[in-house]
Amino acid sequence: MSLIIFLQETLVDYGAFAAIGAGLAAIGAGIGIGKIGGSAMEAMARQPEMQGKLQGSAIVLIAFVEAVALFAVVVSLIK
Amino acid sequence: MLSRFSGILTLIFFTLFSANIFAIPAGSSDDSKEFDVNEMIMHHIKDAHEFHIMDIDGHAISFPLPIILWTDNGLVTFLSSEFNHDDSGKIIVKRKGQEFVKYHEKIFYAKNTGGDKYVSYDEAGNVVNKKPLDLSITKMVFSMFLSMLLLVLIFVATAKTYSKSRKGEPTGLGKFTEPLILFIKDEVALPMIGEKNYQKYMPFLLTLFFFIWINNVMGLIPFFPFSANLSGNIAFTFVLAAITFVITTIVANKDYWKHIFWMPGIPVPMKLFLAPIEFLGIFIKPISLMIRLFANISAGHIIILSLISLIFIFKSLWLAPASLFFSVFISLIEVLVVAIQAYIFTMLSALYIGSAIEEHEH
Amino acid sequence: MDLVTPDIGLIFWTTVSFAILYFILAKFAWKPILGAVNEREKSINDALSAAEKAKEEMVNLKADNEKILNEAKLERESLLKEAREIKSKIIADAESEATEKANKLIESAKTAIENEKSAAMKELQNTVVDLSLNIAEKLLSKELDNKDKQLENIQEILDKTKLN
Repeated sequence: MSLIIFLQETLVDYGAFAAIGAGLAAIGAGIGIGKIGGSAMEAMARQPEMQGKLQGSAIVLIAFVEAVALFAVVVSLIK
Repeated sequence: MLSRFSGILTLIFFTLFSANIFAIPAGSSDDSKEFDVNEMIMHHIKDAHEFHIMDIDGHAISFPLPIILWTDNGLVTFLSSEFNHDDSGKIIVKRKGQEFVKYHEKIFYAKNTGGDKYVSYDEAGNVVNKKPLDLSITKMVFSMFLSMLLLVLIFVATAKTYSKSRKGEPTGLGKFTEPLILFIKDEVALPMIGEKNYQKYMPFLLTLFFFIWINNVMGLIPFFPFSANLSGNIAFTFVLAAITFVITTIVANKDYWKHIFWMPGIPVPMKLFLAPIEFLGIFIKPISLMIRLFANISAGHIIILSLISLIFIFKSLWLAPASLFFSVFISLIEVLVVAIQAYIFTMLSALYIGSAIEEHEH
Repeated sequence: MDLVTPDIGLIFWTTVSFAILYFILAKFAWKPILGAVNEREKSINDALSAAEKAKEEMVNLKADNEKILNEAKLERESLLKEAREIKSKIIADAESEATEKANKLIESAKTAIENEKSAAMKELQNTVVDLSLNIAEKLLSKELDNKDKQLENIQEILDKTKLN
């Protein structure tokens, strides 16, 4: 508890915390998007005839993961 | 066809309102002030009562928009140009025996507290002045009307091409719009709602998709009369998500409610455990819809503006090519993202509606 | 916080706009467009099903043709078979007739021979009887003269009378 008070007293710039939060969210989203992209590429290599479908669903899934990261960005925007 | 329309529209707007566009020395513009990136970006992201077009020699050129207020003394309307570009609560406008000031794009009742400002703050720095109900045609509302006009023109013209063509094959504009309509029909409505009921929800889904998409795209075009961050505004996404929520709740059948409150096929303790979660899910689904669209579009605008701002932050022209290259690159990605987000919003809406009217077999 | 607080004015205008847009587009755009699209899809489906039907009919026709061809083949074969049968029957008939005729001829020949034979036998019998009567007559007449002469006579008669 005292640590929080200390932080509040010393680091008044909450923007820094927001930036850290956004960065953490970006790490998570990066891992998620990377996994989706990797699996999609692997699947495409295995079944090149399914490329169109795989690409479409991969992009949609990436958009979902990205949205989660952006949720975090929104939270860090709330001051 | 599309570009012709937008060209005509731009022309109409410029000719109709050019008399109102005039240059005034910007009230708060100060050349010696440090460039505040945060303020610039937030100013762009947020709503405004006038449509700022550009600055020439420190003079703001903006497009005045009507301010409509529901006050204690009834309806009050005036043009935003009466505030003389002031956004810091220094200029008051008198109407119907009341005084109004604009502070950070919000209209307050003016209250002189000494000094040149007519607003007062509490300890946290929030304005404590009373506010009238603000129903102004703001930048966002103006942009929304423009998008409506565009949509109606495009799709009524599309509908007309069908009556002209033989055998109902698309001609002209229809060749561009029909694949999109068929995409919503075959990839969104049919798989998500099912063959039996999808026809009923097609108009809603199509309106939703094109309304979101055109506003997303208009937000990406960086000059007047576009560039408003409408679909990155939480009020806009809130309304659309709320409409989906209302439809889902109204059309939901007995099965849907049963699956929420008394999930069949699992033991009673689990039922008790799941019921509150599922109940919260009803609200979380539209909220996630709302936040997803808002966050994606706002983030896109913020990224592009931040990249452009790098030039001003580092005060170096040498950075301009890199900054420009990245912002163009992100803009191109955004063109894809805004289409995907419109698609995802429509698809999830269809999915929620579909799950509400789904007939279960057990 | 300001960014994530929905503004009442914009909520109001968005609701109004969306409602107006929905009704205008639903009436003047989606209805005719979806109507045309659905009608076209229906006509395409109809055409497809008609083509499918025609294909099926074609297959049926082909099957019919084959059936007819097969039938014709079978008929030809049966005709040929019949002809062959008739042929062999005719041949067999002719053969049997010929045999019958031959048999008849042989039979008649046999009867004739038999008749001839019996006639010959009768004649022989008659001759033998006559001869025996003669011999007996002569013997009886010569008995009286000479015994030796008698035997001689008998021998002579027997010598003269050759049995056929």
